[in-house]
Amino acid sequence: MSMMANHLGANSSARTNENTPEKLSVRDLSFFYGENKSLKNISLPLYDRTVTAFIGPSGCGKSTLLRCLNRMYELYPKQRAEGQILLDGENILEGKQDLNLLRAKIGMVFQKPTPFPMTIYDNIAFGVKLYENLPRAEMNERVESSLRRAALWDEVKDKLNASGLSLSGGQQQRLCIARTIAVRPEVILFDEPCSALDPISTSKIEELIDELKDQYTIAIVTHNMQQAARVSEFTAFMYLGELIEFDRTEKIFTTPSVKKTEEYVTGRFG
Amino acid sequence: MADHTVKSYDDELKNLHEDILRMGGIAEAQFASAIQAVTKRDADVAALTVKGDVKLDELNAAIDQRVVRMLALRQPMASDLREIISSLKIAADVERIGDYAANIAKRSIAIAEMRPVKPLNSIPRMGRLVQHLIKDVLDAYNERNADKAKQVWLRDEEVDDAYNSLFRETLTYMMEDPRNITPCTHLLFVAKNIERIGDHATNVAETIYFIVHGTTLGAMRPKGDSSSFLVVSPDDEAPRA
Repeated sequence: MSMMANHLGANSSARTNENTPEKLSVRDLSFFYGENKSLKNISLPLYDRTVTAFIGPSGCGKSTLLRCLNRMYELYPKQRAEGQILLDGENILEGKQDLNLLRAKIGMVFQKPTPFPMTIYDNIAFGVKLYENLPRAEMNERVESSLRRAALWDEVKDKLNASGLSLSGGQQQRLCIARTIAVRPEVILFDEPCSALDPISTSKIEELIDELKDQYTIAIVTHNMQQAARVSEFTAFMYLGELIEFDRTEKIFTTPSVKKTEEYVTGRFG
Repeated sequence: MADHTVKSYDDELKNLHEDILRMGGIAEAQFASAIQAVTKRDADVAALTVKGDVKLDELNAAIDQRVVRMLALRQPMASDLREIISSLKIAADVERIGDYAANIAKRSIAIAEMRPVKPLNSIPRMGRLVQHLIKDVLDAYNERNADKAKQVWLRDEEVDDAYNSLFRETLTYMMEDPRNITPCTHLLFVAKNIERIGDHATNVAETIYFIVHGTTLGAMRPKGDSSSFLVVSPDDEAPRA
């Protein structure tokens, strides 16, 4: 009898316990688009080297919250955050924070793959050059290790000089993950990383997230509840700018404490 | 709770719920006629009861299929997941209740051919006790009433007590007169089957509690059937005939 193939999908282990330190602590965070308060006094922890998922209907504020974590919102006028976000105990919302350094520490992967219009090699090297001046050999090594970590190396090792745009959607997304890893962040934010991908590419990304959590603290926004259930150890359910419930993923999807959460995860909403 | 956004999901859950209730109703009737077959020595009722068990097997198989389909296609979560998984367990318990009822009916045919023995009088009482358990547990399922389910769960002890005393009584009759051994053995199996039916009703009660609360009732119920440890010697006083 032939052996069944292993699952591509991640399987989360419950290795986080009460003693796991908080890598990021969101404290009483509010966010404004102009006059409009779109996050209302959110407080939650992101535990060290743990995957936390944000779920909730469109417009609930989950992407906004993610964008606060590396101050991405400051790219736009009239957007501001109040409260605290502590990275290893330091408030990153304070003015003196160097934004480029912050975004190197807290990397982000977006919904649509966004490779630069340059070679696969340069897609990775470009970000590294902004922060570090590496000799050629070390840079080669950094590019290879990042691509390996992103489970893309074997597919692209013979065409590192091809354009990043020549890759498939799933490969492009893994290229973007490799690019994020290359600058050696501590936290990786995923904003619906699989919504433009087919199921097989999705499984590969999920498997990758499961591997990456050994080294990185991960936050993921996803519309796909099953995905949140599969990849995360903690889940935050948000609704209309409020954090309704935050708990272990297993709890959220089996016996949530709040009725609204129950209605959302069982598909009884609106 | 509010309805699902996808209406057909609600319909499927409702059909599942109704199938379980239908199974429960049939099992209830099957058990009642099995008891009737024993007490009234009615071979016709017995034969009908044995035949009737097929319906429960079929419904159980249909529910299995339905559940597998729903798990694959709906990917249920939280209370829906508990509801659907529990249907599988409840259907299996009710199916077993049906099997025991059929077995009681079969034995009633043998019992009817032999001379009546005194312990037979205890069977209707024990039967009524368990009939109430089945009825109440089905009501609890229909109403999603965890308190009612818990009451059933606690009352199983009475069934165990009834069984233990019947066991003891039967043994003494067998020692008194070897001609009692064959009918009494059949009676013992009948009583054991009734006791097992009570256990399955209790299982269903536990499952209902889980559907409602998402937690289990735990192991706080006193363990009932002590007949496995019972020794009766010929010196024990036989009950007055």
